[in-house]
Amino acid sequence: MKIVVCVKQVPDPNTPGQLDPSTHRLRRDGEVVLDPGDEFGIEAGLQLAEAHGGDVTVVSMAPERGVDAIRKALAMGAASGVLISDPLLEGSDALSTARVLAAAISREGFDIVITATESTDGYSGVVPQMLAGLLGVPAVTFAKSLKYDGTTLRVLRQTETGHDRVETSLPVVVTVTSGINEPRYPSLRGIMGAKSKPFQTLTTSDLGLTDVGGAHAGETMVAVVAAEERQAGEIIEDDGTAAKRIVDFLAEKKVI
Amino acid sequence: MHPMVTTSPQSRKSVSTLPNFTDLYAVDELLGDDERLIRDTVRAFVRKRALPVIDEHFEAGTFPHELVDGIAQLGLLGMHLDGYGCAGASALAYGVACEELEAGDSGLRSFVSVQGSLAMFPIWAYGSEEQKQRYLPEMAAGRMIGCFGLTESDAGSDPASMQTRAHLDGDDWIISGSKMWITNGSIADVAVVWARTESGIRGFLIDKGTPGFTASDVHRKLSLRASVTSELHLDSVRVSAGQMLPEAQGLRAPLSCLNEARYGISWGALGAARACFESAVEYSKTRLVFGKPLAGYQLTQLKLAEMATRLVQGRLVTWRLSQLKDAGQAHPVQVSLAKRANVRLALDIAREARTILGANGITLEYPVIRHMTNLESVLTYEGTEEVHTLILGKAITGEDAFG
Repeated sequence: MKIVVCVKQVPDPNTPGQLDPSTHRLRRDGEVVLDPGDEFGIEAGLQLAEAHGGDVTVVSMAPERGVDAIRKALAMGAASGVLISDPLLEGSDALSTARVLAAAISREGFDIVITATESTDGYSGVVPQMLAGLLGVPAVTFAKSLKYDGTTLRVLRQTETGHDRVETSLPVVVTVTSGINEPRYPSLRGIMGAKSKPFQTLTTSDLGLTDVGGAHAGETMVAVVAAEERQAGEIIEDDGTAAKRIVDFLAEKKVI
Repeated sequence: MHPMVTTSPQSRKSVSTLPNFTDLYAVDELLGDDERLIRDTVRAFVRKRALPVIDEHFEAGTFPHELVDGIAQLGLLGMHLDGYGCAGASALAYGVACEELEAGDSGLRSFVSVQGSLAMFPIWAYGSEEQKQRYLPEMAAGRMIGCFGLTESDAGSDPASMQTRAHLDGDDWIISGSKMWITNGSIADVAVVWARTESGIRGFLIDKGTPGFTASDVHRKLSLRASVTSELHLDSVRVSAGQMLPEAQGLRAPLSCLNEARYGISWGALGAARACFESAVEYSKTRLVFGKPLAGYQLTQLKLAEMATRLVQGRLVTWRLSQLKDAGQAHPVQVSLAKRANVRLALDIAREARTILGANGITLEYPVIRHMTNLESVLTYEGTEEVHTLILGKAITGEDAFG
């Protein structure tokens, strides 16, 4: 089974993010890490490969330092990595990103493409579906479990009220939720072996793409506005009626 | 990536962004990609798996057995050894891992130090091929835990005065005596025990359950509470000739093991120091005193500036030492200097951090007092501060002040 996992390097979510006031883009010059959400996808891919044979290729579109995210995935157990890195790609919108990823993934070939539901920096959450569209395969999103029997992939798809049971044949694009599994830590041996695994860096011209990147972005960030501060909560002083007032409040909100 | 190596006038202009306050000289940048990923991985493991449980273990005086599998899967047990299921990592990588483990708790780092440097290392360095095959892969996988029995109740800094003896009875060795302050003692599946024989001090591998061999734990410790410390009792313990380490002759062998462990401690202490420093900085920024943050007082800033400086000094020492060690050129005196200097600075930082946290500093709500009391053990184990002082004194003057 040929499994491709898309990964992204993002500013460390543990440190406060900053927007560049002129471009409205997230500043990426600080500490960057493999998107924690992507670790679940890598783990899901590795588990499928371990159970059914085959291997995992990680694909990332990023500046050159994005190689660190790929190296971590290789250290966790992925077999090979592809980095698409090109100055032209700076400022890419979601569709450009999806086109670049689709082109690289088509070159590799795949049975399953796994991504997170969204990145922990841009949060657009649309790249996976675009990717599926461009690859001409179904997208099954928000998977909270994956089971494959050799012909059919069975997915429990998280919804707001419960879950859907979805069955699909391959090839397919699947997005996985955080919590679908417990991502493994890279082992020392994995870390030390990561550098000797196949790794290639591609440019847009390698992929035969010219109309991608910031210059061709179809969407523009017009403004960035601070979220409205939430109203302070209501404080109930206990004058003997507090319990009833709290119960009434909860009942009104249909919580109880 | 290495700003220090270029000397063009261009590079002399000052930069506007300062590295993280726990690493003001950006020693992190001197790490390779592998070491950085090892650091991040161990740090994540400690944050996610160890920190949530360590306070409770410390308070209860119990060893976190539940972490052993995870530590083994990371590949940290015997990581600096080659072959037999060990990862063969650099000394630098081993140091980085020790720092991150001890940023969690000195007990965790002690567990890994004892397993890797004191129990696995002598088997790896002085064992027979059969011993290596039998013990090392199991120990690297965490399925077998080891301990190291050198110190006795009346033979600590002076191990040559040990009373534990072994003599031949036919093809077997009979070993009698006792060993004290043995980390991992009662949880160990195999003990590396050093005993006096007619041919000098020799090392023996004694399996758990061997008749006459028992271990009892030291209780009422107020330090390293999340670590097992035991006394080993050897009452005419009979082992076959194949349980003696063939290549270990004389005191040089166990001292070489200590040298390995001391190297890891010099890194580990920085982890404990860093955790205390971070805790103190954070606390000082949020704690209001006389209407303004504690961090805004000159007295606090003096303390924090001193801590930051000493952390930088410690980091530079360990980084250079690891470079020497990876080149096979680290002298035991250099290891003594690093162990002595870094444990002292860590203990000083922990105590100073405690004063910044005030009364909160004495509770387990914060990591500081835990690190501080742990470091009291680290100060005197694996060579007391005094012994390392004498080692340095002898190296500098040529005068032996031990006797």
